Amino acid sequence: MGKQINVSLIGNPNTGKTSVFNQLTGLNQQVGNYPGITVEKKEGVCKLPRGLKAHILDLPGTYSLNASSLDENVVIELLLNKNDRDFPDVAVVVSDVENLKRNLLLFTQIKDLEIPTILVINMADRMVRKGITLDIGILEAKLNTKIALVSARKNTGIEELKEMILNYRQISTEPCLHASIMDPEYFERLRKAFPNQSLYKLWLVITQDVNFGNVNRHSLDNGNSFHTKSNSDLKRLQQKETILRYQFINGLLKEGLKVDLKSATDLRIRLDRILTHRVWGYVIFFMVLLIIFQAIYNWSSYPMDFIDTTFASLSEWTRNIMPAGPFTNLISEGIIPGLGGIVIFIPQIAFLFFFISLLEESGYMSRVVFLMDRIMRRFGLSGKSVVPLVSGTACAIPAVMAARNIENWKERLITILVVPFTTCSARLPVYLIIIALVIPDESFLGFNLQGLTLMILYLIGFGTALVSAWILNKILNIKSKSYFVIEMPNYKLPMVKNVAINVVEKTKSFVLGAGKIILAISIILWVLASYGPGDGFNNAEEIVTSKYNPEQEPETNLEEKIASYKLEHSYIGILGKAIEPAVTPLGYDWKIGIAIVSSFAAREVFVGTLATIYSVGSDEEETIKNRMAAEVNPILGGPLFTFASGISLLLFYAFAMQCMSTLAIVKKETNTWKWPILQLVIMSAFAYLVALIAFQVLK
Amino acid sequence: MKLTVAHLQRGQRGIIKEFIVDKIPLKLLEMGCLPGNLVELVQTAPFRDPMYLNINGSHLAIRKETALLIEIELI
Repeated sequence: MGKQINVSLIGNPNTGKTSVFNQLTGLNQQVGNYPGITVEKKEGVCKLPRGLKAHILDLPGTYSLNASSLDENVVIELLLNKNDRDFPDVAVVVSDVENLKRNLLLFTQIKDLEIPTILVINMADRMVRKGITLDIGILEAKLNTKIALVSARKNTGIEELKEMILNYRQISTEPCLHASIMDPEYFERLRKAFPNQSLYKLWLVITQDVNFGNVNRHSLDNGNSFHTKSNSDLKRLQQKETILRYQFINGLLKEGLKVDLKSATDLRIRLDRILTHRVWGYVIFFMVLLIIFQAIYNWSSYPMDFIDTTFASLSEWTRNIMPAGPFTNLISEGIIPGLGGIVIFIPQIAFLFFFISLLEESGYMSRVVFLMDRIMRRFGLSGKSVVPLVSGTACAIPAVMAARNIENWKERLITILVVPFTTCSARLPVYLIIIALVIPDESFLGFNLQGLTLMILYLIGFGTALVSAWILNKILNIKSKSYFVIEMPNYKLPMVKNVAINVVEKTKSFVLGAGKIILAISIILWVLASYGPGDGFNNAEEIVTSKYNPEQEPETNLEEKIASYKLEHSYIGILGKAIEPAVTPLGYDWKIGIAIVSSFAAREVFVGTLATIYSVGSDEEETIKNRMAAEVNPILGGPLFTFASGISLLLFYAFAMQCMSTLAIVKKETNTWKWPILQLVIMSAFAYLVALIAFQVLK
Repeated sequence: MKLTVAHLQRGQRGIIKEFIVDKIPLKLLEMGCLPGNLVELVQTAPFRDPMYLNINGSHLAIRKETALLIEIELI
């Protein structure tokens, strides 16, 4: 096997680039991150004829080589760096037959870089319905390239594309349009100053600074007599470049493309009349949301119950077959329940990603952005903030990343800062168990009180996000160029393969990411709870037995008493006692305190922590619930979990910033620790205050 | 008063004349919003903001404040 051919897939958003990628690679793909940034890096291997292979890189969608976001910048940095491991032997530009004009802009830019470039015209199956005819011969001649007419949906043209990739050496590297025509005198000077460089590449390096700060163009100036232009001159030249390119493309398409408008039937117009309607649009959007939430909770309860019982019996099983000892205990009491705590979220996360990917694939998400922009702007957000806020109900991590396509930095920052208020799926187990404990299972006006409480908690989450966005908008003094452009793509039937791959990939990265933390925490907790210093821990058995009165209590009670005495004198017990004064005013005891502290790593460890601390040995909710119901308040007497302490706990979890991974991702996305630390301090202080007031008022 | 994209009625069409170059984001140009191109108002959200446009076959939505910067001629 020889060297693999490096292929970069490039294209505008909504051209079906990812579908082409999926058709080329099948399941032979992996998603990672570009080093140092959180932009998703999708790569895969494609089998070519004659036993050769191609390494395919699916680059983020971009409208041009003038980057205006981190995602787009990845494309340029790769194309400008010949030494990059992934630098393409051949670039494949994917375009959509219906938007050929706009898509060709990017193509002509890439062609100017003197890289062999293949043009894929995708969605060829729609040509007949739209009355489009193409003259491939003319287009290939004028664009100096090979064209593959592809339908990723119908899986046609893919083999021809593979053949072209295989023979990439035959493709001309001659630009189809020389950028230098936009200012011959300037480019001539440029050529003299850097004789051995591609002119367009130089131009891109020079202009990157105008739109985006990451590339240092001063490296060009050093030790050279060459003087570049002012930023506004450069910007004007970029606009001139765009206009020139469009002129070229218009001339080209006049010959190569014919559209018979009579045979075009437009589904878009009819659908948009309803879906973006000023009344019906909103009604439909809220119905869609309602259906999604209903489906997530109803459908995922079955697999979740199954996972729950499976892990409980797995724990039991390991305990039985492995020799007794600390190692077995670590596995059966620490690791397995810890893993169960991650796996149990898979159904909900997968369903949520499923729906979000349906909304995005179909083109509906852009309509939602359009509908919501004006409303969200009142709160200092953008219409594009709807996507992060909706995804935030699954997990704040992908939601924070989804804020990336908000152009305005202030709107994007506010979105990132308030997203953690939305009720993510990690809060759900906490909510469910507390609600089951303190809210009666009764009906009120035909609504189940427990269900109603859960809904109120979700509304509190969204409400707080909006109110804090409004406040942030007032106090943050950030000047940023405000503009908002969103493409309204054609409606498309989502492709099963794309949705399935998306769900699998997203779920996998959630499980692996969150999984590591939960696993680590559960091991640490287990160690802290299983060992302790001094007599209190090591001689727990004798101490408790000496106080034990066999006539009053049954024998099982004794074992439990020893266990809880041991726990109280373990490392974690000592820690818990130390923080007890801080949590008592909120109505909690030291065990809840420990659960809260460990929840700062990730909220979902709350139930698992209580399970470990209450030494029930199993994560099954009913048993934990019974134990919790039986807990006595050490100061006030009476049950520990009352209406007052329960509500206080619910509110604490609604507001507190308890998720290390979210903090880490916010740091990455904002490039400073300032914002995540502010989030942590302000949200948690607010949570403490609200919980304190709630308990003191209600008790 | 200058006539701009923001003044279009739903279904009405115009030709883009010119705009204040420094204020228009490059991205809008790249998406096809160029002098000489046909622009049609497809739909507006409440308060006529944002506006959903069809510019020479390219469908996109922009805010009213941006639409006010793009001068047109009615046809």
